[in-house]
Amino acid sequence: MTTPLLEMRNISINFGGIKAVDDVSIDVMPGEVVGLLGHNGAGKSTLIKILAGAYQKDSGEIYVDGKKVDIRSPRDARKYNIETIYQTLALSDNLDAASNLFLGREITTRFGLVDDTKMEAESRKIMARLNPNFQRFSEPVRSLSGGQRQSVAIARAVYFNARILIMDEPTAALGVHETAMVADLIKELKAQGLGIFLISHDTREMMDLCDRVSVMKNGQLIGTERIEDVTEDDILSMIIMGKNPKRDAA
Amino acid sequence: MSNGFGKIIKTMQIDKRLLGMVGAFVLIALVFHIATGGTFLTPRNLFNLTLQTASVAVMATGMVFVIVTRNIDLSIGSLLGMVGMVMGVIQAQILPDIFGFGSPAIWVITVTVGVLMGAAIGGLQGWLIGYLAIPSFIVTLGGLLIWRGGAWWVSKGTTISPLDPSFVMLGGATGTIGVTASWILALVGSALTVFFLINTRRSYISHNFAVKPLWAEYALGAVLVGAICGITAIMNAYLVPSRILERRFKAGGLEMPEGYTEAYGFPISVLIVLAVAIAMTVIAKKTRFGRYIFAMGGNPDAAELSGINTRLLTVKVFALMGALTAIAGVIASARLGSAGSSLGELDELRVIAAAVIGGTALAGGVGTIYGAILGAFIMQALVSGMGMVGVDSPLQNMIVGGVLILAVWIDILYRRRTGER
Repeated sequence: MTTPLLEMRNISINFGGIKAVDDVSIDVMPGEVVGLLGHNGAGKSTLIKILAGAYQKDSGEIYVDGKKVDIRSPRDARKYNIETIYQTLALSDNLDAASNLFLGREITTRFGLVDDTKMEAESRKIMARLNPNFQRFSEPVRSLSGGQRQSVAIARAVYFNARILIMDEPTAALGVHETAMVADLIKELKAQGLGIFLISHDTREMMDLCDRVSVMKNGQLIGTERIEDVTEDDILSMIIMGKNPKRDAA
Repeated sequence: MSNGFGKIIKTMQIDKRLLGMVGAFVLIALVFHIATGGTFLTPRNLFNLTLQTASVAVMATGMVFVIVTRNIDLSIGSLLGMVGMVMGVIQAQILPDIFGFGSPAIWVITVTVGVLMGAAIGGLQGWLIGYLAIPSFIVTLGGLLIWRGGAWWVSKGTTISPLDPSFVMLGGATGTIGVTASWILALVGSALTVFFLINTRRSYISHNFAVKPLWAEYALGAVLVGAICGITAIMNAYLVPSRILERRFKAGGLEMPEGYTEAYGFPISVLIVLAVAIAMTVIAKKTRFGRYIFAMGGNPDAAELSGINTRLLTVKVFALMGALTAIAGVIASARLGSAGSSLGELDELRVIAAAVIGGTALAGGVGTIYGAILGAFIMQALVSGMGMVGVDSPLQNMIVGGVLILAVWIDILYRRRTGER
């Protein structure tokens, strides 16, 4: 068996005595999409925020390419090419697309000043690939549509050569057309060999995009299954009942 | 604005808010000019107006950053008082024994100590706000009481006077650079402005971005160079009163030649404001530090998730505010030639008002340096104009208060129309 691109082993975190994530292990291979499913409060977003460096785990280990890593901040996560696209679209509304795309990693001139024209030029290049209709580069992102904002957030992850991409409900705020655009993009990134964690409530979308799904309930991992081994009903019963039908049947 | 003028402004890409503020300033100036029978728009009065505004203007630039990060600093008036007092003691009671009265070393050391002290105290407040998560309103309200008490404690309530002549140059009418140097400065400033415009256009073209039509660039350049030269001409038109010149000649043992005149030129304190304004604008627009300040103001969570250390950023913003407060303290005490324990009282409110009139949104994320400086000038023009007309001081306060509320309301209407929040 090849080494997983990323592996989270026995991760736990407490918030005021409540085990938000309880001894959960998940992994992702290069070129694989792993779906995370579960009710609100099941611990998916918390687990993913530990990986992104936004929360600190209480116990457990994280491995990248089989090597143990220490992720204590979003900066650390970026160091290992782990990029996150948040449900809430972590953008600064008052800044333009290029400033958001490069936030925290600005291109600077040789005098150490931020090079806005260079960053806008780079933004135009990447957006031409992701969302060719996007033209509003000089406006604050608050004036953009949900889909346009989402493409800025995705562009940010893609531009910096993410190897591990975390997408927390990337299509929740989008229309049909924009959702299809994001789905195509996920397939393209997968073909490029990225490992992707995808969080969504839409089981049908998950069946379509994922190679494996991990289901969580009350902070615990119910099970991880290959998509071809289960039906949509199996997944739903895992989410709702917290039981793994395959394992229970065996 | 859908008429021809509006189109011109749009093509030239001039900020409408800036235009509105310049308009308000001109309107206020014209009204007072008429009401005072033609004494408001004179070189003498405008010269004094810039001197009076300098201290608040310097602090207002720092307050922009503070408010943009969704904080407030109520302590600056008291901090100015205490740092001013410490600088007074250093230069009047300690340093002359070492270097002798009037030595340039005195102002250098005094200002250095003051700025470091301001930055340290500001940084301490920022640490309480950023790392201990105490609201800035509370920390700096505490600071308002603490540092004012500190100012009293340093001087036991006395006023320190006179200050060292080398130091007084930094704030008052005695410290001006004269006509020739002022024109040289204006030329250098104009050249840099033109260079900057050309450079920006070149860089846009090299990346295939849309550029303004050439006439708009020329018009913008002409307006900017015209403004620089106009202000210089005003500063150079204010003549030093002849009895001061006579005294100066006498002190040198000479007779003043018949018909000899000399103009002031730019005061050093105004040049300090200019330097601070340019530096702060560069920080806001062209450095990562500035970019992160605005990112944090727009969405603190997004900034944090982008790997920005927002706590440390808060410390830096307040330290910068403290350092600027110390510089403002230099200007304020130097202008008065003394450091009293009430120095800077109520300045925090003037500074916040200047920043807010200048378009800084208390919700965070929005604000400009030039706006805050213009805001300071508008406030001071109003106060000093009313003083010249003979409005009582209580009524002055009431009018300034009303204008503040009106200005913010107009700003809200403007934002609503343009779709900003």
